[in-house]
Amino acid sequence: MRIPILKLNNYLLVSIQTEIDDKTAIQFQEDLLDKIHKNGSSGVVIDLTSVEVIDSFIAKVLGDVVTMSDLMGAKVVLTGIQPAVAMTLIDLGIHLKNVPTALDLEQGLVKLYQELGE
Amino acid sequence: METQSRMNIQQELDIVGARQLGRDIAKKIGFGTVDQARIATAISELARNIYLYAEDGQICFEVIDNLGRNGMSIISIDSGPGISDISLVIQDGYTTSGGLGAGLPGVKRLMDEFDIQSEAGSGTKIKTVKWLK
Repeated sequence: MRIPILKLNNYLLVSIQTEIDDKTAIQFQEDLLDKIHKNGSSGVVIDLTSVEVIDSFIAKVLGDVVTMSDLMGAKVVLTGIQPAVAMTLIDLGIHLKNVPTALDLEQGLVKLYQELGE
Repeated sequence: METQSRMNIQQELDIVGARQLGRDIAKKIGFGTVDQARIATAISELARNIYLYAEDGQICFEVIDNLGRNGMSIISIDSGPGISDISLVIQDGYTTSGGLGAGLPGVKRLMDEFDIQSEAGSGTKIKTVKWLK
């Protein structure tokens, strides 16, 4: 299973549509960093609208993706985190501080422009 | 409806299988979406612990119908190396796998009841319950 990564001008768009298992998450991390490198992308939006479970491992991978992309010079915004998922993350003790988030894809792109000062 | 089911955890993909099965059962019993997510997430953490530390174990699901008090219990059983210091592993941020250390303390917060028994060399049993409100 591979998560598709779409290119839109200088940005990359990702919509995670399936239950993520650990291998898929790690593969995605590599694929995304490769794509950022190859395309010289400055921003990424990862939409999590269809994701029903984010456990501590997946949360760690997502947080790492944001930090790693940042190191490479690309900003990542996470969008579409469901109410139930947000409540569960806080119960788990995961706050995803310093991770830019937005309500949906549209607002995610706006947030990305702001982060990049465009 | 079956009152007991179990899922063997032997490979990484079983973690996803276990949480999907658990969520389906939770939904059938009548848990709302937030509790379904809590239960599925707790199962995910328990199943990953089995996979990471014990390699082989089971997650058992049981529907509780007890004089009108309904709920669901999730029991994680493995015959792995066991946990020598339980108070340490239920502390936030403690990890030996490079994770967030949110697993077991997280499960405790996600569920209503949490009981852990472990013996070095013979395995670990964790019983958790979520009550329907």
